[in-house]
Amino acid sequence: MSKFTDRIPLPPTDAHKTNMTCHFCIVGCGYHVYKWPANREGGRAPHENALGLDFRKQLPALQTILTPAMVNRIRDRDGNDYNIMIVPDKQCRVNQGLSSTRGGQMASVMYTAGDMPGEMRLKYPMLFAADDWVEVDWNRALQLYAGVTKRILDKHGPDALMFNLFDHGGAGGGFENTWGTGKLIFSGLQTKMVRIHNRPAYNSECHATRDMGIGELNNSYEDAEVADVIFSIGANAYETQTNYFLAHWVPNLSGANVAKKKKWFPNETVERGKVIFVDPRRSLTVSVAEQVAGKDNVLHLAIQPGTDTALFNGLLTYVVEKGWHNKAFIKAHTKGFDAALKANKLSLTACSKITGISVADLKKAADWAYKPKASGHPPRTMHGYEKGIIWGNDNYRIQSALVDLVLATQNVGRRGTGVVRMGGHQEGYTRPPYPGPRPAPFIDQEIIKGKGRMLTVWACNAFQTTLNAQAYRNAVYRRADIVRQAMARARGGSTENLIDAIVEAVDKRGGLFVVDIDLYKVKFSDAAHLLLPATHPGEMNLTSMNGERRMRLSERFMDPPGVARPDCLIAADIANELKRLYEKDGNSKMAKRFEGFNWKTEEDAFNDGFRMAGKKKIDSQGGPTGDLATYTRLRAMGTNGVQLPIKEYKNDKLIGTEMLYTDSKFSTADGKAHFLPSPWNGLPATVEREKKKYKFWINNGRTNHIWQTAYHDRYIAFRRNRFPMSPMEMNPEDAKKLGVTSGDIVEVFNDFGSTFAMAYLEPDIRAGQAFMMFGYDNGVVGDVVTNWTDRNVVPYYKGTWANIRRVGNMEAYKQTVSFKRRRFL
Amino acid sequence: MSDITRRNFLKLGGGVAAGTASLVSGNLFGAEPAVTAGRTTLPYPRQLVGKAPALRPGTPVSFTYPDADSPCAIIKTGQPVPGGVGPDKDIVAYSTLCTHMGCPVSYDDKARTFKCPCHFSIFDPEMEGQMVDGQATENLPRIVLEYNDKDGSVTAVAVEGLIYGRQANVL
Repeated sequence: MSKFTDRIPLPPTDAHKTNMTCHFCIVGCGYHVYKWPANREGGRAPHENALGLDFRKQLPALQTILTPAMVNRIRDRDGNDYNIMIVPDKQCRVNQGLSSTRGGQMASVMYTAGDMPGEMRLKYPMLFAADDWVEVDWNRALQLYAGVTKRILDKHGPDALMFNLFDHGGAGGGFENTWGTGKLIFSGLQTKMVRIHNRPAYNSECHATRDMGIGELNNSYEDAEVADVIFSIGANAYETQTNYFLAHWVPNLSGANVAKKKKWFPNETVERGKVIFVDPRRSLTVSVAEQVAGKDNVLHLAIQPGTDTALFNGLLTYVVEKGWHNKAFIKAHTKGFDAALKANKLSLTACSKITGISVADLKKAADWAYKPKASGHPPRTMHGYEKGIIWGNDNYRIQSALVDLVLATQNVGRRGTGVVRMGGHQEGYTRPPYPGPRPAPFIDQEIIKGKGRMLTVWACNAFQTTLNAQAYRNAVYRRADIVRQAMARARGGSTENLIDAIVEAVDKRGGLFVVDIDLYKVKFSDAAHLLLPATHPGEMNLTSMNGERRMRLSERFMDPPGVARPDCLIAADIANELKRLYEKDGNSKMAKRFEGFNWKTEEDAFNDGFRMAGKKKIDSQGGPTGDLATYTRLRAMGTNGVQLPIKEYKNDKLIGTEMLYTDSKFSTADGKAHFLPSPWNGLPATVEREKKKYKFWINNGRTNHIWQTAYHDRYIAFRRNRFPMSPMEMNPEDAKKLGVTSGDIVEVFNDFGSTFAMAYLEPDIRAGQAFMMFGYDNGVVGDVVTNWTDRNVVPYYKGTWANIRRVGNMEAYKQTVSFKRRRFL
Repeated sequence: MSDITRRNFLKLGGGVAAGTASLVSGNLFGAEPAVTAGRTTLPYPRQLVGKAPALRPGTPVSFTYPDADSPCAIIKTGQPVPGGVGPDKDIVAYSTLCTHMGCPVSYDDKARTFKCPCHFSIFDPEMEGQMVDGQATENLPRIVLEYNDKDGSVTAVAVEGLIYGRQANVL
């Protein structure tokens, strides 16, 4: 954490300057890093500091963002101290100089010895020996990892090797690291027993839209600037895609972009943008949008939980009745319209009854989003969706129903439209094809059933983010403890003896050998036997793309802590050790599977994976033209990078793709978009049972302050003091009946488990509902999420009903945590 | 900002304080801040901000500190709060430049928070300026106050947290 409070050091004019894309959310804001020797400082006159700002006087509002959280002091392995400053880039088209509360603290989370959060970083490989963690060198750690892996692989085959694996961009991900791990696991080990990031199987959260021929990131952030209507479904952009909302939605909703719209669409009626929110909860984004657009331009459809499919089917039926669908487009570029229309048919009256949305509001939404404009043109409506439906009632079906509606009204491939997921983290996927089937195996259940002998947890933390989490944790702890006991008995032996003990425990006693590869010791590490230290952007070069497929290179500017290594190189180390072991056995066939990891740097991994997607069978978000991207070219493209897929390299620039499907050629074999019948199907039986039995719907999601599992944030006073425990927004009347006040600790419980939260009374929460922060380390909502998933094993995290009881009063919270309303009214 | 004006502040008898502020923002320290060996704190001025009995609960009064270019507000919250001074331990003061991008925050007497109209950050004056929600990475800078129970005067003596748009709080 920054040591600077009421003054900060300024970078001198010759400070080393590099590009950094924010580590955190999907938006991927552009930043610059300045680094300079700590014994030097820039002056306050504009020509004396690298920012070119005049600090001899008060700077006017909006000129800069420069806070103590944006500076820090680090020490490189050369033993020298440096100051660093990480500030948003005004020239970056994504954020235009804005920083969110999460990205704005990047400098604070870079490694500093003896300080938080740096002190908590994993610096060395660590082994759980007897009853405590001890440090070991990479050689021993790799011998142990590869030794156990080989013994299990040889005896039981790849299915006994299980992985919980990141898949994304940004910190803990990136094209380099997804490739390195994917090549090891899918090409080398060839296991299919892998769960992905935040869900219990190796699946997509967007199978439906992809099956229909529409990749989920198909427009640019600029399209939101010129849309007539933004249809936001189960998304909370102000808190979770902050600068996409502030820099791109707000100018449209405030009316500032009318001139731009006139220029783009000269013959059409254009006016200030409108926004429709589908969300059972009045989110912070709804309240902010009302400030920006005026209440008349905001329509909040406070839908009954889990009924989105009915909403889209009702709207589709109504739109077609009105003749607002695009018949020519449907005929020329799609398949299956009639069957989908028939299957999805739902009257507005029935739709209203199911969704709890009035017929008047349903009609208003349809009028705004689909009724031809005064000029006769169809409105340009952008549909942005996220966890409300991705983790909603039957992911595949809801998404089908939504995209059916979008296709019927051709709200894809035209500027100002798009049907896009809003996204959580950045993307950065390049892997060999997944070797398993679809649906992929439900890995959590396999672990609970006692399957698998070794589990590697790589840059993700299912203890905080999975469904049915309590049962899962119990199974992992119980099985991991069997191995811990065995390891404790293997005193004074060699690594080989330790491997024998572990293998005996997993083979004969139902044990599970757990390895955690991460930046920190995390909740999952409590069950682990071996920890391997990884790096994040800034400590390695790393490429990712954002929600508009904008790829950038975040440049390495400092050394990692201790002997931490980039994930892709850890994967290579493991592969090379396995190769050595198989060669020693004289097993050239197996040794060959682990060839091709002769990488010295992360750039080698990038060149081997992302850039080879056109030449080998590789699933890459860069597509076959990935070879056009080189580190040198990406570095030159700076914080604006290039939008994938790359079209060409011309005049020293990478030329990308702003919008997909502008030619109405979709991602299917026949090039047509495919409608999918998706009739309303009610709640799953498991969820319906819980709903009948328990009083409160436990909605859950993110808050603005906390990124993911709080892996950094839990050590940052600014964040931890705000949320010492998962906050749970509750209706004040409900709270009163339970004797609960803000700051009280409550228990949330149902048939699947129990968890705890800090009550936070909020009048905008409807009676019978509550909203708990997802993924936190202190109060895990996944403990009360059912084990139900859709056909592709995508969980219904939002389908949780439970009872709430007051556990007690926490005076310390009441003295240090503000319980003022978070909504801007 | 509800009814906070510089004029209101002056009505509270802050003329002397205003004089001090203008002195500081002038050339008391010259072009560069004083470099003082033997101390690790900035040379904050002492500045009379007002008299406790004149403050009405829930009605902030504006002033500037540590110089005329740094708008602040003092507020009597009506109940004891962390860092509060005065007979009821309920008087606190903050910089009113949002720590995110320097837009002026205004007090919402219904929500009892300071709110920034630019990017919608909200700060709680009753909890040491804690960011309730928003895009800043810092709480609202708190003006350290001293209370003199003999004459009811409230004096600003330092700032905790960096004021927006500055390398150091003292220019």
